[in-house]
Amino acid sequence: MPETLLEIKNLKIEATSYPPGEPPRHVTLVEDVSVSVEKGKVLGLIGESGAGKSTIGLSAMAYGRGGVRLTGGQILLNGRDIRQAGAGALRALRGREVTYVAQSAAAAFNPARRLMEQVIETSLSHGLMSKAEAEARAKSLFAQLGLPNPDTFGERYPHQVSGGQLQRAMTAMALCPKPDLVIFDEPTTALDVTTQIDVLAAIKRAIHETGVAALYITHDLAVVAQVADDILVLRHGKKVEYGTTDQIINTPREDYTRALVSVRSIDHAEKGPAAPVLSVANVTARYRGTNFDVLKNVTVDLAPGQTLAVVGESGSGKSTLARAITGLLPPGQGRITFAGRTLSADLAGRTKDDLRELQMIYQMADTAMNPRQTVGTIIGRPLEFYFGLKGEAKRKRLQELLEQIEMGKGYENRYPAELSGGQKQRVCIARALAAKPKLIICDEVTSALDPLVADGILKLLLNLQAQEGVAYLFITHDLATVRAIADRIAVMFKGQVVRYGQKSDVLAPPFDDYTDLLLSSVPEMRLGWLEQVLAHRKMESAGN
Amino acid sequence: MHPVLKLVAQRIALGLLLLLAVSVVIFAGTEALPGDVASAILGQSATPEALANLRDKLGLNEPALYRYFSWLGGVLTGDLGTALTNGQDIAQAIGQRLGNTIFLAACAAVISVPLAILLGLVAARYAGRWPDKLISGITLSTISLPEFVAAYFVIYLLTQLIPIFNPVAMVFPGMGFWEKLHAVALPVIVLVLVVLAHMMRMTRAAILNVMQSAYIETAELKGLSPMQVIWKHAFPNAIAPIVSVVVLNLAYLVVGVVVVEVVFSYNALGQYLVDHVSKRDLPVVQAVGLIFAAVYIGLNILADVISIVANPRLRHPK
Amino acid sequence: MRIPLSALLGMIFTGAFFLAAIFADFIAPYPLDAAVGGVWEGPSAQYWLGTDTIGRDILSRMIYGGQITIFVATASSLLAFSLGAFLGFLAATQGGWVDQLLSRLVDLVMAIPSLIIALVVLSVLPINLTVLILVMGILDATRVFRLSRAVAVDITVMDYVEAARLRGEGKGWVIFREVLPNALSPLVAEFGLRFIFAVLFISTLSFLGLGIQPPLADWGGMVKENKDALVYGKSAALMPALAIAALAISVNLVADWILSRTTSLKGGRGA
Repeated sequence: MPETLLEIKNLKIEATSYPPGEPPRHVTLVEDVSVSVEKGKVLGLIGESGAGKSTIGLSAMAYGRGGVRLTGGQILLNGRDIRQAGAGALRALRGREVTYVAQSAAAAFNPARRLMEQVIETSLSHGLMSKAEAEARAKSLFAQLGLPNPDTFGERYPHQVSGGQLQRAMTAMALCPKPDLVIFDEPTTALDVTTQIDVLAAIKRAIHETGVAALYITHDLAVVAQVADDILVLRHGKKVEYGTTDQIINTPREDYTRALVSVRSIDHAEKGPAAPVLSVANVTARYRGTNFDVLKNVTVDLAPGQTLAVVGESGSGKSTLARAITGLLPPGQGRITFAGRTLSADLAGRTKDDLRELQMIYQMADTAMNPRQTVGTIIGRPLEFYFGLKGEAKRKRLQELLEQIEMGKGYENRYPAELSGGQKQRVCIARALAAKPKLIICDEVTSALDPLVADGILKLLLNLQAQEGVAYLFITHDLATVRAIADRIAVMFKGQVVRYGQKSDVLAPPFDDYTDLLLSSVPEMRLGWLEQVLAHRKMESAGN
Repeated sequence: MHPVLKLVAQRIALGLLLLLAVSVVIFAGTEALPGDVASAILGQSATPEALANLRDKLGLNEPALYRYFSWLGGVLTGDLGTALTNGQDIAQAIGQRLGNTIFLAACAAVISVPLAILLGLVAARYAGRWPDKLISGITLSTISLPEFVAAYFVIYLLTQLIPIFNPVAMVFPGMGFWEKLHAVALPVIVLVLVVLAHMMRMTRAAILNVMQSAYIETAELKGLSPMQVIWKHAFPNAIAPIVSVVVLNLAYLVVGVVVVEVVFSYNALGQYLVDHVSKRDLPVVQAVGLIFAAVYIGLNILADVISIVANPRLRHPK
Repeated sequence: MRIPLSALLGMIFTGAFFLAAIFADFIAPYPLDAAVGGVWEGPSAQYWLGTDTIGRDILSRMIYGGQITIFVATASSLLAFSLGAFLGFLAATQGGWVDQLLSRLVDLVMAIPSLIIALVVLSVLPINLTVLILVMGILDATRVFRLSRAVAVDITVMDYVEAARLRGEGKGWVIFREVLPNALSPLVAEFGLRFIFAVLFISTLSFLGLGIQPPLADWGGMVKENKDALVYGKSAALMPALAIAALAISVNLVADWILSRTTSLKGGRGA
């Protein structure tokens, strides 16, 4: 009979926030959640932002961030209700029985102290082992987690190692005191996709080898499917569905879970090659005052009414390409042809039609809209500026646009702060659409959004493309999105296009090394994917 | 060279350059402004002979650039010239008064620094609760007071309502240390009040900033005691901002000292400066102005150097 | 919108001070310069706040003195503000050598305490209202410059400003419709702080005998005139000192409130 380690019963969590200049506000973050973890098992907590997953995770240490209070229910750890425990008892259990791995290890490590001191701190302060024992354990954990030079790694300071390495070091820090339970709070979310898979594999291996139980918190169901035994799906602080990983992924019972599982399974038939509306030819660019090309000899084409996806990790130069095309960063060499005209390299040299026909949508809709302007002004300005629309004509067109982005009446007098994340991005789309452009550059437009909301935006973009015949240059790091919407793909790596062509060609073997790595690193929504990829990679490296 | 040393050297070189530029400003401020310096000194009713005489004496007939460099040369060799009003050697007059000013400022610093850090810690520890609100409220009001107003409130309180001090702070050579200390008690209290507010508020902000970092939460989740969290995790990171806050506010004492010395008729550098501004005694004003500016800039450089040296990212480069 | 009590009190007091200054001629019971009573008489029904060192009514002198103090402070902070904000925005939007030149110049002036520069300059210049306003205004403009440049730089890197530039909007639209509305709140709060600083500065100068010259009176000068009274246990010097403190604290309370509203706006309700 398996032993229950953590049992949460009817948990209720409330918080009080103090908005400046307003009366305090009470909110219920989590209500009536019950869940249990057996020794050595991994429970995945999944949900979009505001689902309460991190809050529940931290409740396993009886910890509430800011004004968060655990107000009801029981949290039984090894049979004791830790919600009722006093400060001393909590200190005794935190860092010994339960440990924590934060999303941003870069912020969670103390910049002023060496990694080793921090990794073994708990083992020493709780009197679990001698300094020599703790250091030996830390070194073996470093090795287990695949950190370079495990014997000397701990002598470094946090800023001296990379993000992926820090995340592993934090995992080592959590495992060092031999806890019963580790809380992983989105440990791979901030990492690039090719780094994520390594860290994920390292974490999984470490969990397996140390036999520790874990709570794994993430918004990415495909990721959690690789490590968890059971999954709890949360929404708005309430349980949606709770079951084994196999059941949640393969036979979800609730609509919401089904939506999460089938996210980005948009079906989009690839359109064939055609005469381009945009041609980027041999573009090379660097930022002023630097002697390093961020774009090297980039050549891509895009046909009217089609989508070119530019894929790459951070630092690949994909956003710089957008800046070169828009004229914000005039290229040093190369030529950009748009709608049959050669575009002036510099923004100042472009005609009003050049500007109108080439629009842009940003990643952060929050900062892309002036907080002091209403939705009506934001969408209305291009109508006025490019077409001279006024009064009734402008109002009518504005209404049309709002309907096109599925937002309807009553929004034109609202300010951006009064909209949800998805609505904000829709307004930005309408602003771009208002100019009747031939091309819209979409710079990571869905990556700040929750999966379901992002899905809605992608569907909207595809509909609008069908209606208006507008072309998209779609910049993203997310290959699932690329599969969903692209006609053509350009894979970028260190400022160069390493693979380019029709979607069906780019995504079909034989692959170059980088594309192979990138494609195989994207988590897939099925059990056993991680092992399969790792086995495949091992075979390949053995073959080489 | 180690990057920290390089940055520190750069910062100090920049400071010296700034000091040179400041000497130009002070020189130009008195010599190159519109209006004739000689007639400004002697007033509207001066006779042409007297004016010509004074111009000659001031060397005003030489080109400005020449005058600047001879002045600068004098300053660098310790020759500050003689006062126009009484022909006294300025360096000598300053020497004695500088000691008095430093004594006053040092007393104020010795009391205000630990007090400000303590109050800052208390306010940060109870952020948003009543001790914080009380401290913040009181310091907000003292920030709104000019030094001399604060001084008269203190004088009224401590010489009239509770008469324990003498309202005039006389210090003269031959006085014993404790006698001197008693004599400067009132001006020191005023200076402490004036600097304390800024220092304490900035200390509080620096501590809160550190306490809100993610690594403090990490430390709490490690089950460390509050003392361990503060000592091992908050302190190493808070020390640099706090020290630089303290040093910056000591620089602020430079201004406070001028006014407070006048209030208490305390015979020191600030009083000397204000007197000679009224008398339009340029060589004195230039010399003393430069000293105050140099102290101010020096402390600012010190604050920067401390935060460079304390930054782990710079101390342990990749 | 709920206005907190502290801000409300601040507004009422600030308003009262300004009204008293504007209508000084109508409300002051006695003329500015008439010796009407004995030396340092205590407060009475006849002289509400007592009389000063040569028997003038302190209340009347404080009302007229407030007029001068507030006038000089308002004029110099307006000057500081328009000069500093204009140059700050210019530096932020132009960048390049304009920005470099202005910023280094401001660094230089700010490297010396304002009081010291003012003392140096006033040892040469004739001391009158115009010179005082100019000196204080220009010295204080450096602080406004730093703030408005920083605020403008923060805003000009926002995507919505880039979006406006990509749309092809002119400089006018970008500055007045995109940047300025978002910079306004911190600048308004800053104006309050600059005004307080000017009040404290002119009072200090007058107290040192280097500010407002007789026969004009201001609060700082009145403290100086009556400072010896304290030795005799008379409160005459405290009245103008209290007025300075009250005005400064009132404006501070209002500015604090505006500043806190600014930060809450930045966070936004949706965030």
